[in-house]
Amino acid sequence: MTDLHLWLIPLVPVAGFLVNGLFGRKFPKALVTTVAIIAAAVPMLQVADIALRFSSLAKPYIESHGTWIAAGALHANFAFQLDQLSMVMLCVVTGVGFLIHVYSIGYMAHEEGYWRFFAYMNLFLFFMLVLVLSANFLLMFVGWEGVGLASYLLIGFYYTRDSAANAGKKAFLYNRVGDVGFLLAMFLLIAHFGTLNFADVFAAIGANPSLHGGILTVIGLLLLLGACGKSAQIPLYVWLPDAMEGPTPVSALIHAATMVTAGVYMIARAHIIYDRSATALLAVAAIGTATAFFAATMGMMQTDIKRVLAYSTVSQLGYMFLGCGVAAYSAGIFHLVTHAFFKALLFLAAGSVIHALGGEQDMRVMGGLRRKIPVTFWTMTAAVFAISGFPPLCGFVSKDEILYQAFVSPTPAGKVLWAIGLFTAGLTSFYMFRLWYMTFFGESRAVAHEEEAAIHARHDTKLAIEAEHTHPVHESPKSMLVPMIILAILCVIAGAMGWPEGLGGNNWISHFLAPAVSGAHLQYEQARVAIATGAVHAAGENQSPAPAKNLEIILAVLSTLVALSGWYVAHLMYYKRRDLPARLTARFRAVYALIFNKYWVDEIYGALVIAPVLFIARWVLAALVDRGVIDGGGLLAGYTAQGFGSLAARIQSGNIRAYAGWLAACAALLLVAVYFGWTTHFGIH
Amino acid sequence: MVPISWYLILSAVLFSIGVAAFFIKRNIITVFMSIELMLNAVNLTFVGFAQQWHEVSGQIFVFFVMVVAAAEAAVGLAIIIAVFRARSTLNVDQIDLMKL
Amino acid sequence: MIPMVNPALRVLPEIILTLFGILVMLADAVMAKASSRKPLGWLAVLGALAALAASLWQNRLPAGDAFYGVVRTDAFSVFFHVLIAGIVLASLLIALDAVSDTTEGLGELFALILFGAVGMMFMTSAVELLLVFIALEISSISTYIMAGFRRKSAKGPESALKYFLLGSFATAFFLYGIALVFGATGTTRIPEIASAIAAGHTPAIIYIGLAMLIVGLGFKVSAAPFHVWTPDVYEGAPSPVVALMSTAPKAAAFAVLLRIVYGAFPLLHDHWTPILWWLAVLSMTIGNLGALRQRNVKRLLAYSSIAHAGYLLVAFAALSADGIAAASFYAVAYAIMNVGIFAVISHAGGYEDRLTLIDDYRGLAWRSPLLGGVMAFFLISLIGIPFTGGFFGKFYVFVAALHSGLIWLAIIGLVNSGIAAWYYLRVATAIYSRPSESSPVHSLPRPSLALLLALVITVSGTLILGIFPGGVLSSARAAAATYTSVSPVPSSSGTSAADTTAQH
Repeated sequence: MTDLHLWLIPLVPVAGFLVNGLFGRKFPKALVTTVAIIAAAVPMLQVADIALRFSSLAKPYIESHGTWIAAGALHANFAFQLDQLSMVMLCVVTGVGFLIHVYSIGYMAHEEGYWRFFAYMNLFLFFMLVLVLSANFLLMFVGWEGVGLASYLLIGFYYTRDSAANAGKKAFLYNRVGDVGFLLAMFLLIAHFGTLNFADVFAAIGANPSLHGGILTVIGLLLLLGACGKSAQIPLYVWLPDAMEGPTPVSALIHAATMVTAGVYMIARAHIIYDRSATALLAVAAIGTATAFFAATMGMMQTDIKRVLAYSTVSQLGYMFLGCGVAAYSAGIFHLVTHAFFKALLFLAAGSVIHALGGEQDMRVMGGLRRKIPVTFWTMTAAVFAISGFPPLCGFVSKDEILYQAFVSPTPAGKVLWAIGLFTAGLTSFYMFRLWYMTFFGESRAVAHEEEAAIHARHDTKLAIEAEHTHPVHESPKSMLVPMIILAILCVIAGAMGWPEGLGGNNWISHFLAPAVSGAHLQYEQARVAIATGAVHAAGENQSPAPAKNLEIILAVLSTLVALSGWYVAHLMYYKRRDLPARLTARFRAVYALIFNKYWVDEIYGALVIAPVLFIARWVLAALVDRGVIDGGGLLAGYTAQGFGSLAARIQSGNIRAYAGWLAACAALLLVAVYFGWTTHFGIH
Repeated sequence: MVPISWYLILSAVLFSIGVAAFFIKRNIITVFMSIELMLNAVNLTFVGFAQQWHEVSGQIFVFFVMVVAAAEAAVGLAIIIAVFRARSTLNVDQIDLMKL
Repeated sequence: MIPMVNPALRVLPEIILTLFGILVMLADAVMAKASSRKPLGWLAVLGALAALAASLWQNRLPAGDAFYGVVRTDAFSVFFHVLIAGIVLASLLIALDAVSDTTEGLGELFALILFGAVGMMFMTSAVELLLVFIALEISSISTYIMAGFRRKSAKGPESALKYFLLGSFATAFFLYGIALVFGATGTTRIPEIASAIAAGHTPAIIYIGLAMLIVGLGFKVSAAPFHVWTPDVYEGAPSPVVALMSTAPKAAAFAVLLRIVYGAFPLLHDHWTPILWWLAVLSMTIGNLGALRQRNVKRLLAYSSIAHAGYLLVAFAALSADGIAAASFYAVAYAIMNVGIFAVISHAGGYEDRLTLIDDYRGLAWRSPLLGGVMAFFLISLIGIPFTGGFFGKFYVFVAALHSGLIWLAIIGLVNSGIAAWYYLRVATAIYSRPSESSPVHSLPRPSLALLLALVITVSGTLILGIFPGGVLSSARAAAATYTSVSPVPSSSGTSAADTTAQH
């Protein structure tokens, strides 16, 4: 048995974090860069090495480094696990992570706190790798919380700006809601299986074929809550658009390619739980589809280039959830991979645009950039076509696979999910081409709208100094362009990994992932084949794959047409007839207001959740506990002593006698309760 | 012979008077004395039970309580003097700078 | 046959601390008036180190009683002895950093810290309620004085007075509880109380007595609704003292509560677990909601300590060996991170509290990345993020609660810990904001050696608990194992329920 030393993979980035974090302030910039890049490159090389040897390994390969905690029945090791699923994730995290580190050299070159940025990035990489490599839920949770922490630090990187600090806090708090779900799910796993190791939990479920629904549904839904927090799904998606306050490379790495996909990874990892619970699975699919649709509608109205991409990320994550929700985990993971390529590229290209315009993010003042920054334009074009679903680019392949799997899924809702997904694909194509046209085509509005720009300028990255001496629109440095070109090539060719069998490919990725994400849900596989072949009864015999092939081709053509029509509408509205959007807005004012204000979700959450908590904190406590009860004690004391005359004088807090009155009253209540045996009637045990 | 319940009731009444005095009286010294009253009410309970169980440990407990109460009185009076020097008042109701 | 152990060895840490305390006090009296008292602080540090070593050494003694069954050393007492010695050590270092040579009564402060520690240590090893009471008073009286150590300020004496009056008030309840339990069972030794209850001595007064004991201890651990004194006292007391009194006496009082409910009243658990359930819920909720609207950092941490007492009580209510172990572990995790954050506050704010409001802390990380980073680290631990002690503390507590079927309690606790993130982050955000020109953070003193030592102890402790919790956890489990009768026996609970009905 070869020894892979998986522990080295996360160790190198954390070493980079420590070196840069502790001493980076005093280092010259070149040294900070070297440390950070090495810390990102070494894991990538090691992963590449492992990938080359992968076929010769026993799977899953589990590497344990001693007992971590042993508390009674609960026993968890510092254990890392390598199987097909974590292999794919490792490639994405280290590969895209490395490219974005390189990109950041150019992008962050003039920032104050350069060392801090790279220290945090390495820290993020460390936690993300722990998350992906862990062999039990507990270590996974450590990574899970850790990436949240790193994301908090990086969103708030420009911490002198209040909006950035608040956005970081918001992301953190919404994630906490999800974490409660994850934690509860872990507690239930401990209670029912006595272990948190993936292998043991899944073996226990596998060994008990009668275990369906029930507790597994509860665990599945709680894990889903956790995934919704991390992967910005309804109802917890609102933090992601605000997270765009962070530097653009952070948006590309954390809020597009890696961290936000952790929820999808977790569901795929725990697929055995979902396979046994149709309810939980349907919830995953429904939440995914709904998120994909609503986020796409919200993306159509945004004017900030990064916010468009943020909503698009939420929407694409919804597709991944849909894929997992119809038990086509490999399709979900495949979309995760292709999305990492095209969305990272979109963010990097957007960053390049912002860089070129000296910090401008408002698309209304962009335009005509096609010839001024050609490399950015062409790489972004590849990504736009990929996400919009044009064959043969990678986005088409993976999205089409998800839609196809939804269509042939045995769940009754499958066709509905497919239809919504298909419509959303049209919306996606529309808002991506809207972005494309507004940014790169038409006449340059950057000069004409200078004063407007001054108002709208958000100064994402570049401080005023930078804006001054880079005012003429310019192409980005090589360190930024090379990663973009590599990602663009990947966007074009990555589709080959999963080219569907129905279209003459061999869907390699699905076969590769199959051992890790399928097996326990054979009944689904069989049912799906049966439906696809139109022979419900003859699942075993399976005469010919021809009808399935035809179906796949029909669906592929259909989704290409939808993508084309999205492009056409965008072309019409944002290229040929620029007056159209304004007229449509005027016509459908109510709908426009609804979507433009993002369905007022932030406001509703504010009114329904945050306000009451603050209200309770401020008033109920002040009124009841501090003023009411405690002063009530004072009131009582005053009343007893001198009658009504001194009541007014008693209304104040911090009064010892009032405190004593409160203590005595509570003690008396407790004594009475105990004496009459009330406490035993609560029956908490 | 006086039954045990009489001792218990008397000490409970004394304790309650102490509790009530604590949040009725305003002078810090008086409030402090009410604590002494509570402690002595408890002492009475101890002595009563010691008699009932023929256990001398109850009476020994009382000695220790007295010693502790004396120590507490020393510290308490010192604190009261410090308060008076800092605030020039012995009214409990005026010692409420810190609140909420 | 258990080998005879010299009884003095069973109280060795206490003897060492007492001797050092007397030494410090006498030296203070004979030293020239103008000379610096800081060497006395280092002497006290030496004493704390010696007591720590002695406590660790006690682990090698066979478990057993001494002095006619008044003191008991076992894995449980050793666990808390080590914890208290560690807290005292760190608090002395924090005090050494915060005070100046001219601080009034400095020698007394060091001596009082040592004497108070003697009381706290005895609280954890006492198995006779008489000694529990005396130890509680030794610890309390020392802290009453320390709370008011800034005699010249307006808030110092007020803090001491509130703590003293209300503390004595609560002690009287505790004492009444002892008297009633004595009346019901005829003994004040904890194991004998348990056997008397098992023999059927359960008149009505024993329930009243139990409730009064809980009232008294609930006050000492600042569990809601007996928490009212906490914010006021913390606000007025000097920060190094708050570092000590928000952790060590509470840990000791929790140890006493464990000894009493699990050692003396295991058979009456259906009476006390619901009480603790409610105390836990109220403490978590009132603590966290109260902290949400605080602007003063020390008051905020006071409310936070109320909430943490609530989390700890969750483990008590679990009624299992896991629960005791979780509570003990949490006591350690909370103590280390709280002492750590007060080390920063005490250095940044100084003995005289230059910084009080959250806004005063704006820009701390700009002025001193070390202090700001360390403070943020402890805030993260208080929130309960992995890789810090705070995470595993909460994790074990909630696992223990769920194992015992306390699902609602665990959910309330998790929701509360979610709310808590809000106010801790408020402080963290302030630390990392840009300071204004006139901000008080610009006048930070240089960190002293003592502070650096305290920070190294607390930061490494929190990290070790967060990454390798195994060592402390196994000690906590060994401590929990000293209670053999913790698992609720159905038959015994049946009898006590029958007794309850019989008394009406």
